Amino acid sequence: MSSLLSASSALREDALRRLKREMRARAVKLGLRSWMGWRRGLTSKADPQRSGRVTAEVIEHLERLALVDFGSQEAVARLEKAIAFADRLRAVDTDGVEPMESVLEDRCLYLRSDNVVEGNCAEVLLQNAHRVVEEYFVAPPGNISLPKQDEQEPFSHN
Amino acid sequence: MAAPVQRWSCVGKRWVLTYVDGGSRHGRGAAIGFTSRRKRGQSSVAQQPLITAQKSRKGEHEWAAVVGLEIHAQISSNSKLFSGSQVHFAAPPNSLVSFFDASLPGTLPVLNRRCVEAAVMTGLALNCRINKKSLFDRKHYFYADLPAGYQITQQRLPIAVNGSLAYSVCVGKKPSQVSTKTVRIKQIQLEQDSGKSLHDEPRSQTLIDLNRAGVGLLEVVLEPDMSCGEEAASAVRELQLILQALGTSQANMAEGQLRVDANISVHHPGEPLGVRTEVKNLNSARFLAKAIDFEIERQIHELENGRKILNETRSFDYKLGCTMPMRDKEGKQDYRFMPEPNLPPLLLHDTASLPPGADPQQVINIDWIRERLPELPSETREKLIQQYGMLPEHSFALLNEVGLLEFFQNVIKETRAEPKKVTSWVLNIFLGFLKQQNLTVNESPVTPSALAELLNLLDRKAISSSAAKQVMDVKRGNPRAINKLIGLVRKATLSRADPTVIKKILERKLSS
Repeated sequence: MSSLLSASSALREDALRRLKREMRARAVKLGLRSWMGWRRGLTSKADPQRSGRVTAEVIEHLERLALVDFGSQEAVARLEKAIAFADRLRAVDTDGVEPMESVLEDRCLYLRSDNVVEGNCAEVLLQNAHRVVEEYFVAPPGNISLPKQDEQEPFSHN
Repeated sequence: MAAPVQRWSCVGKRWVLTYVDGGSRHGRGAAIGFTSRRKRGQSSVAQQPLITAQKSRKGEHEWAAVVGLEIHAQISSNSKLFSGSQVHFAAPPNSLVSFFDASLPGTLPVLNRRCVEAAVMTGLALNCRINKKSLFDRKHYFYADLPAGYQITQQRLPIAVNGSLAYSVCVGKKPSQVSTKTVRIKQIQLEQDSGKSLHDEPRSQTLIDLNRAGVGLLEVVLEPDMSCGEEAASAVRELQLILQALGTSQANMAEGQLRVDANISVHHPGEPLGVRTEVKNLNSARFLAKAIDFEIERQIHELENGRKILNETRSFDYKLGCTMPMRDKEGKQDYRFMPEPNLPPLLLHDTASLPPGADPQQVINIDWIRERLPELPSETREKLIQQYGMLPEHSFALLNEVGLLEFFQNVIKETRAEPKKVTSWVLNIFLGFLKQQNLTVNESPVTPSALAELLNLLDRKAISSSAAKQVMDVKRGNPRAINKLIGLVRKATLSRADPTVIKKILERKLSS
């Protein structure tokens, strides 16, 4: 049993080493970087060890920010698995490697000349609106606050 | 008879307790007391009549205020930053909106060349380092006037950083006592404007007009190097003049082309900085200094009474003259910045690094732009001082009014009178006349040639200065003045000239 484990762990380390060598030349950070930074901050506050638990506070914060509804404990578990999956990137040594800001970094940013070529389609745009008052879109007065945590129904229904 | 009241005043860079004449008594509470004082129209604190400055207690009663500014200037361009719809102030609602501005799916941003040039020009004029590579990011928040749910801005790597802005403030009671100060510029970035919300309280709804959504903005971030409302207002005024001279923004605060947010905190000198509040919605040059000074005094007052300052966002209520916490901002905003995936990095070049054979339309050369920068206000003022020997405060006054400098230069061209005389007449009598009639220079009935001729007569001693002033009076439309003039002419001709003839000649001359 232990020999199997040690063999599999050796395989895993081997794979990781290969991964490190390949990734040493380039690291893909993209939008994960800022999100990972938040995640790093979260774990350092919540748990010094990598435990992978996402607290209810953080879920509530995310729900308000992004207006998503995690809805169930299953969804939170899925989120934790996704974070753990992405965390494996940290195994890569990226010392001295310039982060890639955009996959478009070799493309040219096209500069448009300053001419008026569109607009004047109020009617078409307003067609999409649920409510319209004299060519204005109608919105509720300011942001509607989400119900507070205790006012919400507990989401742990599986 | 109002008894002298203790209040906080800005003396140099410090806020100290001084006795001030003419203050009203505190009302029902401190906040209202402040309000009622504000209503009496007290302007920038530095000019407060101080009865006894020596009565201030030093040490624990000395406060230093720290003011930083974020200024948004609408770029003067034909079309918007990332789309080809028109930029125009007054237009039927939602008529200047493209599919991209309305955030319809499938639309993509395309960067406007003119906006990049405007940003580079402004950066160069403000002594910034222009970043040859800058990046675009998304700043996410939900609001009805931001259809995409995010604003494209440059948070990580803006187009220009580390500049400076020189401005002058009055340091004493006399207008000649001016000193030059500098405020550091943290960065200049390109970003999108949001649409306009019209709040319809009675019907509990907000009407959204997206004409302004997507218009290019230059955000100029000033480091917290300022210490009171007057310094902030002077810095903003100088920035306005620079932007107008460059042509990158019309910077008209009344039309919303220049908007200022202030970050204000107070602390005891030598101690760490205090908690800062952000005051938004400062859209009027007149109220900028007032609002900042009010907030400084409010913070001092709160701290003096043992309370704490909340790190919140406040808005300035023009009618009440005080700052109020803003409704919709609950707690610290998390904007979830992420790189804009649809835009590659913005690369700028200089003459040395221009790629050979590149399409000139697709390439921006910083050196080329630097060589063609228009004359900045500080240069213009320096030239006036050197050329005409005028005092610095006069050069400021000449540049402070739209069209006044041009008027002055036209008069100089056509008159034989000394520049100092022309300066004095233009700044005192002519400008005073305009202010009284509430006219702009372009609306003036007095032309430069007319004033030039008048000054020539004065110079030749053909008329006395009081007579010249009366001619201005007549132009003002004062009918009795013309009779006075007739009297003077009669005296000059030793009563030999016929009054009716004199009147005809004068009227002909004055109406020309």
